[in-house]
Amino acid sequence: MNSILGISAFYHDSAAALIQDGKIIAAAQEERFSRKKHDARYPRNAVEYVLKEGNIKLNDLDQIVFFEKPFLKFERLLETYLAFAPRGFKSFSMSMPIWLREKLFQKKFLFDKLKSHDHNFNNIDKIKFSEHHFSHAASAFFPSPFEEAVVLTLDGVGEWATTTVAIGRGNELKMIREIFFPHSLGLLYSAFTYYTGFKVNSGEYKVMGLAPYGRPKYKDLIIDKILDLKQDGTFKLNMDYFNYATGLTMTNKKFSDLFGQPVRDPKKDKLTQFHMDIAASIQSVTEEIVIKITKSLSKEFKIKNLCLAGGVALNCVANGKILKEKIFENVWIQPAAGDAGGSLGAALGYWYKELKKPRNLLIDQMKGSYLGPKFENDEISILLKSLKANYKKLSYEELINVTAKNLANNKTVGWFQGRMEFGPRALGGRSILADPRSEKMQKELNLKIKFRESFRPFAPSVLREDLSTWFDLNYDSPYMLLVADVKKEKQIKMSESDQRLFGIDKLNVKRSTVPAITHVDYSARIQTVHKDTNPRYYDLINEFKKITDCPVLVNTSFNVRGEPIVCSVEDAFNCFMGTNLDILVIEDFVLLKSEQDPSLLKDYRNKFELD
Amino acid sequence: MFSFIKEFLVFLKERKKFILWPIITVLALCGILIILSEGSVVAPFIYSIF
Repeated sequence: MNSILGISAFYHDSAAALIQDGKIIAAAQEERFSRKKHDARYPRNAVEYVLKEGNIKLNDLDQIVFFEKPFLKFERLLETYLAFAPRGFKSFSMSMPIWLREKLFQKKFLFDKLKSHDHNFNNIDKIKFSEHHFSHAASAFFPSPFEEAVVLTLDGVGEWATTTVAIGRGNELKMIREIFFPHSLGLLYSAFTYYTGFKVNSGEYKVMGLAPYGRPKYKDLIIDKILDLKQDGTFKLNMDYFNYATGLTMTNKKFSDLFGQPVRDPKKDKLTQFHMDIAASIQSVTEEIVIKITKSLSKEFKIKNLCLAGGVALNCVANGKILKEKIFENVWIQPAAGDAGGSLGAALGYWYKELKKPRNLLIDQMKGSYLGPKFENDEISILLKSLKANYKKLSYEELINVTAKNLANNKTVGWFQGRMEFGPRALGGRSILADPRSEKMQKELNLKIKFRESFRPFAPSVLREDLSTWFDLNYDSPYMLLVADVKKEKQIKMSESDQRLFGIDKLNVKRSTVPAITHVDYSARIQTVHKDTNPRYYDLINEFKKITDCPVLVNTSFNVRGEPIVCSVEDAFNCFMGTNLDILVIEDFVLLKSEQDPSLLKDYRNKFELD
Repeated sequence: MFSFIKEFLVFLKERKKFILWPIITVLALCGILIILSEGSVVAPFIYSIF
């Protein structure tokens, strides 16, 4: 048996993945174990976990593949500093010592770290390096159900490439087009994330969520002044407006002057209609670029399948538009589209490209993205006892029935079942669930449970067979990466006075029969639930449907703002006791908040750094 | 260390970015100074040079 470990680390979202004979065995992000959001350190815990899941020692692995090439990255840094010199000297003098001391010697550094898992490991030549965007492309194509596909990766930056096009056929994946740094769609989006006062590399979701509250007033200005956008979607950025190539911020004064306001300071400046309009504008520009690129690729290659990966592929609004415009017949998006998924792509890329193994099984290989740790009932019982929790064990039918009834009575449920998800989305393994029919639920979940901004939307999980009755979509979306509108019949038309409302005031208007998951523009980020990948979650929604006639649940990640999604039983119990969640369901065990010892309640609101 | 130098030289040869060679040479010298100045017996001499 051949075993390959893939590792991504040292930038953001470090992760490890294990494949054996080409099959995905396990994958997990380090942040889930270390409890530090977007943890970029060497993924010691994640490596330890995937080895345990594969029942293999590190020394018995055949290859260990790192997801990018440090020498190439170093070359890009040097050339960039040279091109912009003498600007950027401060950044140069800060980054070079780290490179000369550590990053250039990544192979040795990795070797030493790997040795700490297994002292018998002594073959440094087992460590290989893949290219950043090849890793992304491999993570998008090889686990997809397609024999042939156009593979588009859209990212911040790897070594040199920021956007790539590859053609995948069978076990071959050939890179054919690249856009190089500093011209990057991901970094353009991140620049606006920074400008609107959110954290780069984590606040991009907030910009996407904020966009529907605004109007794309600045779209033309962006396209005229800071973007040279060609008809085929290729683009160049006007670097006069940016500072990220050599500086310590994303944008500069010229950028702020262009839009007429300084960068928002999240500590003292409130979000205003201006920021919502800026968010709407950059979202609209992003969609236009993505649509133009995909249209030109579809026309040029006449291939009916598209695979997507890279951080920008998590922009589910843009993904939804690709599907809506029917540019490709089929679209498959890697659920861990960000850098964490690079670990999986690095391993799969080595298996198919270097070892030239055949690719026969043309089905979705991601197992619903449930690739993380799982806990057995015996273990959970011991852990809950040690945490002094008050709990009951129920039969399968009772568990589904009790949980569905409580959801229908407006209770909020922490749902901890099976293996943890790989990637940023909670998909019914580590989720907070609620009734989408409730008008107050969005505000309540945001402010009392997630402790986050009230404007942020929630996503629905819907039974696959009921999808097109409730949403304007008839396509599998198991990884919550497609946005579509709530069906017209379920929408509630806004009155004239409602339509005159601006920004966050729109939030108070009941927009559909499932208001908690309907965004202000009637859109929803949909997860379709399938019996074959998550039968327990499927049965729960089905039971909820029997009680309420609604096959939809609110599904948000099981965490609070700034906290990584819960991984262990202890994390789940802590989050349950630190928030206003009513019920916690861990495998066959049910815990009611009202039955817990009040002395175990925690102050959780300020425990995690804001993201 | 030798395998690193060998791999890096192969990389430079393959990429043919001759424009980078002067800056890499200077950085390599700085790198040696960084390594030598960390707890080495020659550290006091390096400090006196600068």
